Amino acid sequence: MSRLGDNRARLVALYTTMCRIRAFEDTALAAHRAGEIPGPLHVSVGQEAVAAGICLNLRRDDRITSNHRGHGHALAKGAGVAGMMEELFGRAGGHCRGKGGSMHIADFSVGMLGANGVVAGGIPIAVGAAQGLKLLGRDSIVACFFGDGAINRGPFLEGLNWAALYRLPVLFVCEDNGVAAFTATASVTAGPGVAARAESLGVPATSVDGNNAAAVDAAAARLVAEIRGGGGPQLLHATTYRITGHTSTDPAAWRNPQDVEAARAAEPIGRLRERLLAEGVPMAELEAIRGEAMAEMAEARAAALAAPWPDPAAAWEDVQDAGAAQGMA
Amino acid sequence: MPAPRRGWPEMETPGMETITLVEAARRAALQEMRRDPSVWVLGEDVARGGLFGQYRGFLDEFGAARVVSTPISESVIMGAGLGAALVGTRPIIEMRIFDFVMCAMDELVNQIAKVRYMFGGQARPAVVIRMPHGIWRNSAAQHSQTLESWFTHIPGLVVAVPSTPADTAGLLVSAIRSDDPVLFFDPKNLFPVTGPVAAEIAPIPFGQARRARMGGDLTLVTWSAIVPQVEEAAAMLEARGIAADVLDLRTLWPWDEEAVVASVARTGRLLVVHEAVTTGGFGAEVVARVVERLGPAGLRRVARLGQPRVPVPFAPPLEDQLKVDTAKIVAAAEALMRD
Repeated sequence: MSRLGDNRARLVALYTTMCRIRAFEDTALAAHRAGEIPGPLHVSVGQEAVAAGICLNLRRDDRITSNHRGHGHALAKGAGVAGMMEELFGRAGGHCRGKGGSMHIADFSVGMLGANGVVAGGIPIAVGAAQGLKLLGRDSIVACFFGDGAINRGPFLEGLNWAALYRLPVLFVCEDNGVAAFTATASVTAGPGVAARAESLGVPATSVDGNNAAAVDAAAARLVAEIRGGGGPQLLHATTYRITGHTSTDPAAWRNPQDVEAARAAEPIGRLRERLLAEGVPMAELEAIRGEAMAEMAEARAAALAAPWPDPAAAWEDVQDAGAAQGMA
Repeated sequence: MPAPRRGWPEMETPGMETITLVEAARRAALQEMRRDPSVWVLGEDVARGGLFGQYRGFLDEFGAARVVSTPISESVIMGAGLGAALVGTRPIIEMRIFDFVMCAMDELVNQIAKVRYMFGGQARPAVVIRMPHGIWRNSAAQHSQTLESWFTHIPGLVVAVPSTPADTAGLLVSAIRSDDPVLFFDPKNLFPVTGPVAAEIAPIPFGQARRARMGGDLTLVTWSAIVPQVEEAAAMLEARGIAADVLDLRTLWPWDEEAVVASVARTGRLLVVHEAVTTGGFGAEVVARVVERLGPAGLRRVARLGQPRVPVPFAPPLEDQLKVDTAKIVAAAEALMRD
């Protein structure tokens, strides 16, 4: 295959993953609004390029940690869609057997070590996973996804210092959507920002347009190779935009409508599609990819809705080995 | 009637050596790190042997990759231990002094205690979290706490509170081999106390109390650093004609409810003694379960003895005013016998 062909295949792969994430999120939102999914739901509409671009460069035996907005990361890392959708629906066939839900999606079989309900909660875990892998003599790496809100928590400071100190194979990915829950991150963040903070801790930082999937892919390819080669941790600062609200029930009406419109115009899937069209990929092929993704997720939704709830007895399982029965007496 | 079980044999037994509690703990960890290359230790100053010498010599034997002196970064000490467990290693997470665990409560309570359940059994957080706790050398309010009862409230965790060298060693071996996260409360005030420990340290199962003394007049339930004073008090009580049945719980989750209930069913009187603040201490749980099991008429008298709900002060006369001691235990036991 020619270099151009390789490149085209990569771009199509990115496009496919992003379409699947978008379709998953849109489907989940619709299901949530229809009352099919209980609990809070944080979707990543508009942020798909970061997950897709990073995970395209990871191997199956690499690990990721994620945050509360983790569907895209899980899907891009290869988590099974049926198990993800069932988990959102709280069904027995979910990856976590219905015990975690959206905020705790995990699929250890593909190295997805868990979404996390606590901002920055995945950072220490990622660092430790990298330390453990190094101790075991593996050449796997860990990609640690977190948002811009996380850089104001202590574990960010502690974790980056630690990773640099022990030269751990971690790619820190700051997915900067500009908002920490309902607050503009810039309004609560002093100093020059995440890249400068990382550099000050000895972690080289690269900034990238996180809505440009090809750029994220290229940056990740370089950084992952350096990290796997023993170069120590790196941070990728990817700027993006969260088109939807903080949760499924947040209309995010407090935002400037012009900003939202501009973000919609710059959203990553449309941008990648323009590029693919310019490179000669037929519209029909792209539409087919999008259509297949939507069909896949619609099917997953229908299957999840029809899937059995967990046996209530499962509520008592997987607490701990020692003393579990005593706590249920 | 079974022969009384004694935790502290009076004579040297073949294969046993009398060593300090901290040395017993050191040997237990050493044995397990030799047995299993996936076991490693991380925490402040551990490569220098640890604050109390509990890892003395480990760096030379196991190297810096398995004996990791860390920055003073409790969140990551705790969270990195979890992450490393999730990829198949078995970390011993050293917290230096118990009170510092408060800097890592998200990692402990929201992450370690939850991952197995929340991920539907995909994860086993096989970590040991060592937290030397309790009153020690007038260290005041931030270095003296005994908050073990907090952690019994959290599903997913095992809580170990040994008091003898042999129990410390045997329970630490169990903790390291356990796939559950084990909170291991080293009784730091008892680190210099000596007792017999086997050359080959066998694991002690969680949830089995040690009967330190057999008696029929009242049941004394206790654990951790206060145990020697309870045993001393029991000896004084015996001299006054009161035979106490002394149970050292050794672990608080799981805990040996059956042994306690059986003892109280026999004696009808229960005194729980712990170093921790009485209010909300694990003594409340012990008493509640015994009353639930035996019914209000099933026992004649019940009491708890712990510290008042006051921070631990610095000056010796102030600390002495509040802390549990042998005289207070004797007085509480005698009061329980009056009716």
